[in-house]
Amino acid sequence: MSSETKKILTTDGIPLEVSLKKAEKKNKIKAFLLVAPLLFFLIITYVFPIGDMLFRSIDDKMVTQMLPKTFKAMENWDGQELPDEEVFAAFHEDFIKLVEDKREGKLSTQLNYTKNGFKSIIKKLRRASKKFEEGNYKEQIMAVHKRWADVEYWRAIQRRAPEFTGQKYLKGMDMYVNEEGKIVSVEEDRRIHRVLWLRTLEIAFFVTVFCFLMAYPIAHLLATLPMKYSNLLMICVLLPFWTSLLVRTASWMILLQQQGIVNDFFVGIGLVADDNRPEMMYNKTGSYVAMTQILLPFMVLPLYSVMKTISPSLMRAGKSLGGTPFVAFWKVYFPLTIPGIGAGCLLVFILAIGYYITPALVGGASGTLISNQIAFHMKSTLDWSFASAMGLMLLSGVLVIYWLYNKIVGIDNIKLG
Amino acid sequence: MALPKYTEPHYRIWHYIYLTICAAVFFFLIAPLFVIFPLSFNAEEFLSFSDGMKSLDPDAFSLRWYKDMIYGTKNPWGLAAKNSFIIAIFATIGSVILGTVAALGLSSRHMPYKGLIMAVLISPMIVPLIISGVAIFFFMAKAGLAATHTGIVLAHIILGTPFVVITVTATLSGFDHSVTRAAASLGSDPVNTFMKITLPLILPGVISGGLFAFVTSFDEVVVVLFLAGLENTTIPIQMWTGLREQLSPTILAVATCLIILSTLILVTAELLRRRSERLRGINR
Repeated sequence: MSSETKKILTTDGIPLEVSLKKAEKKNKIKAFLLVAPLLFFLIITYVFPIGDMLFRSIDDKMVTQMLPKTFKAMENWDGQELPDEEVFAAFHEDFIKLVEDKREGKLSTQLNYTKNGFKSIIKKLRRASKKFEEGNYKEQIMAVHKRWADVEYWRAIQRRAPEFTGQKYLKGMDMYVNEEGKIVSVEEDRRIHRVLWLRTLEIAFFVTVFCFLMAYPIAHLLATLPMKYSNLLMICVLLPFWTSLLVRTASWMILLQQQGIVNDFFVGIGLVADDNRPEMMYNKTGSYVAMTQILLPFMVLPLYSVMKTISPSLMRAGKSLGGTPFVAFWKVYFPLTIPGIGAGCLLVFILAIGYYITPALVGGASGTLISNQIAFHMKSTLDWSFASAMGLMLLSGVLVIYWLYNKIVGIDNIKLG
Repeated sequence: MALPKYTEPHYRIWHYIYLTICAAVFFFLIAPLFVIFPLSFNAEEFLSFSDGMKSLDPDAFSLRWYKDMIYGTKNPWGLAAKNSFIIAIFATIGSVILGTVAALGLSSRHMPYKGLIMAVLISPMIVPLIISGVAIFFFMAKAGLAATHTGIVLAHIILGTPFVVITVTATLSGFDHSVTRAAASLGSDPVNTFMKITLPLILPGVISGGLFAFVTSFDEVVVVLFLAGLENTTIPIQMWTGLREQLSPTILAVATCLIILSTLILVTAELLRRRSERLRGINR
């Protein structure tokens, strides 16, 4: 029995299947048109700029464009011995053009990033090049300084030929490409970025743990108390949640300062001597305490919304079957709250890993995170490509967690308040 | 949570320990906010309780920092407050319109690639602010909108829409679509149906999303730090500068005002949430 013999027709004589598909398609387009304005707005103002960050982070056209003829001539050079006259002549031609445009300083800065020692020899070359005679540039350039006769320096120039580079990403992990073209780490005492990455993970991890330990009991209390009490206590969670981040950070700055209330209290109960007040701000402690308090509501709310759905009769059933309250809690109640724990922990961890304002204000030098380094390069050193590279490294970490979150909780299930 | 009479003593003790822990956590959450109130009325320039304040001497309290906030010649709070409100209001309007319309499309069961599109729409909430700040700054600089109100408003629309999308889709999940079909069968066109039927029913969700968007904009500092020029200074920027340089009692006066504002917003949001639950209860 073939299905074709049983085609149902609508009153217009069109097969029902076709007609339904048409209606379905129309509905799809309608729904999409509603989403389209926001989607395109975000793609243009937000998604593309993040792509632009990727482009900036690997873009290395500057030197490529400054020495076009040199790199063309270098294509046939194997890099073993000094390049021949053709390369020197091309380099001379490019260099004269740069001097005319007054851009040889930029070249020296850029080349100096690759290998130290370019600054002075480029200055010398500029002065000497005015008296150069036509022809035999190899001899003339090599006579300017002995480094120009060193093949290492020509290899360093050649390394800047590609238009794109991953060196900013290597720098973000405290690595670089050495003279032999191998990827190596910088010396132990200069590995600032690795320290920052590890510290960011450490602080985010412990803040998540602290938040979980504090949020679990109060979420449980809120979920089990009668409505009229729990509503009142809920305000204690929601008021900080709605209050400005800067206000909350300011209150911690007042509390934690050396002459502040927390220290007064410690002195008052005789825990520390008055002349030996501990420094609780401008270090890691400051970051930990302030971030835990600020992120706590983001842990309480998902936990609460899960606990609210757990029927109290389950615990009673567990107890009536012979479990002690602890066993009943551990075997019955706790497993049921795991979705809430997952949601809360991931949310807090994602927020903590990208925190900027609070660590910058109360973290001092030892409590700052990777975001602070990104902001520093954006605003102070103006090394935007490096800031972009580190931002994208952070982003890729967050996206992995986001993906996990989506797998475990589903983004459609995010609830606010 | 009274314990039954038959509870054994060690569980009783454990229960009181549990309550004490809860009390301590609630204290940790809420107490820091209340430090700001009394100190903002300090008559002196220090940020700790003076002896006069501890003995409740009326002379130790004054309104001088509030006067300084409003009339102080060097204080930029007036301009900052004006900018903050203008930016937040326009950003809220933009977020609410774009977000609500998108949420209507998203909660249609015909929507193709729902998961993927939702992920894109929510992303500004998930991506760390510092990265959003860098990306938005690159865009605004290229578009010539850096250091303009328009640029900041657009940036805050980007950051605010996810909240509207989430709250409105949540409200729409309990929405009975037969009422719109009923309206359509009675001859109402889609726009009229939306204004007269759908909007009033989802209004609590829309407003609470709007509140989130407003607070996000009003409290936002990371992105504005990249975008703002001297003319576009906002309250968070001024607080940030103040906290970095010199923690003055004037900041505490401003902070007190902000806490009062957030209390008002909290109360509104709570009332709306309850109303929305009631409305959805009827639908069930």
